Amino acid sequence: MRTEDLIEALAADGAPIRPPPRRLAAVAGAGALVALVLVLVWLRPRHDLMSAMQGGMFWMKALYTAALGLAGYLAIERLSRPAGGGRRGWLLGGAALAVFVAAGVVQAMRSPDIQAALHMLRGHSWHSCSVNILILGLPMLALGLVAVRGMAPTRPVAAGFATGLFAGGVAATVYGLHCPENTFTFVALWYSLGVLLLALIGAIAGRWALRW
Amino acid sequence: MTETETRLKALMLRGLEGDASAYRACLALLGARLRAYFARRMAGAPGDVEDLVQETLLAVHLKRSTWDPSQSFTAWAHAVARYKLIDHWRRRKIRQTLPIEDHIEFLAADEPEPSVGIELDRALASLPEKQRILVSDVKLTGLSLAEAGARAGISEGAAKVALHRALKVLAERMRHAD
Repeated sequence: MRTEDLIEALAADGAPIRPPPRRLAAVAGAGALVALVLVLVWLRPRHDLMSAMQGGMFWMKALYTAALGLAGYLAIERLSRPAGGGRRGWLLGGAALAVFVAAGVVQAMRSPDIQAALHMLRGHSWHSCSVNILILGLPMLALGLVAVRGMAPTRPVAAGFATGLFAGGVAATVYGLHCPENTFTFVALWYSLGVLLLALIGAIAGRWALRW
Repeated sequence: MTETETRLKALMLRGLEGDASAYRACLALLGARLRAYFARRMAGAPGDVEDLVQETLLAVHLKRSTWDPSQSFTAWAHAVARYKLIDHWRRRKIRQTLPIEDHIEFLAADEPEPSVGIELDRALASLPEKQRILVSDVKLTGLSLAEAGARAGISEGAAKVALHRALKVLAERMRHAD
């Protein structure tokens, strides 16, 4: 085929174009909705949700996980474009993680004895927390990878990691509606682990899924 | 060189606003640049140059939403071309490194004559009949999308969707051609 002919066909295609921010917002909306439905019908919201929402820790958790999601968004918004880098996102994500880990360590060190510190670290749900966040985030990760594949990432592993971070942040924020844990120590370890697991899965999947 | 950027960007912006002839001119100008760019880097396989030009033009078209109009269009198109070239080498298991290059150099080139691409025809032949007829009617006989749709027995709206889908499938199949 002659290139001129191809250009004719391309010029005839007037399908509307949607810039990455709009498509990513749609992914976040759909992903949050799926996670919310899973929390409502499968995990169930925490029974003291109304009173918890009056406390500070509920919002601190939400702020932390939302910051991780925003970091993922900032990174993928750049990495979904050719030759784009995710520096802004990595900086925000790293800073949020550092702050929460520092707060968690301080809180653990202030506890009266090692038993109390370990108790804080394990909470009531250490065995299921990260896995639940992982499950809540997988649908959004899948949607995100499909959307980003339609964009033009030239660093597939980094783009996959950012997509996972984005999905993990959103999923962990929704998970806060279910999870009654309220220490920095717990959140810094298990929430972060769940979000990072999604980012790692995104990076591994990105290696082959984000080629075009 | 920057003159080319100015022209390309202006044409692309008008193309994005729905000016089909500006868009056509933009892709034709870009196609010539791509041909020169690939030809210089693929001296060992001149037969693949036109295929890669076409694959890159398809990508530029399908992924044009990722260009931020506040940025250089040439830099964006160069990054797409570079990705396509590296991907081509990777698929063919050719060990080669592409030095970091400036996108200004991407514009500076003599332009070889276009040849005929083969992979696109192969990909086109594998499309369902209706989509294939639609693509060839629009490109070969210069029919409008509505007329081409009518010949394929579908409405203009359905023809729009079908053409877009066909282009996406073509882009995908060209990558898996080898």
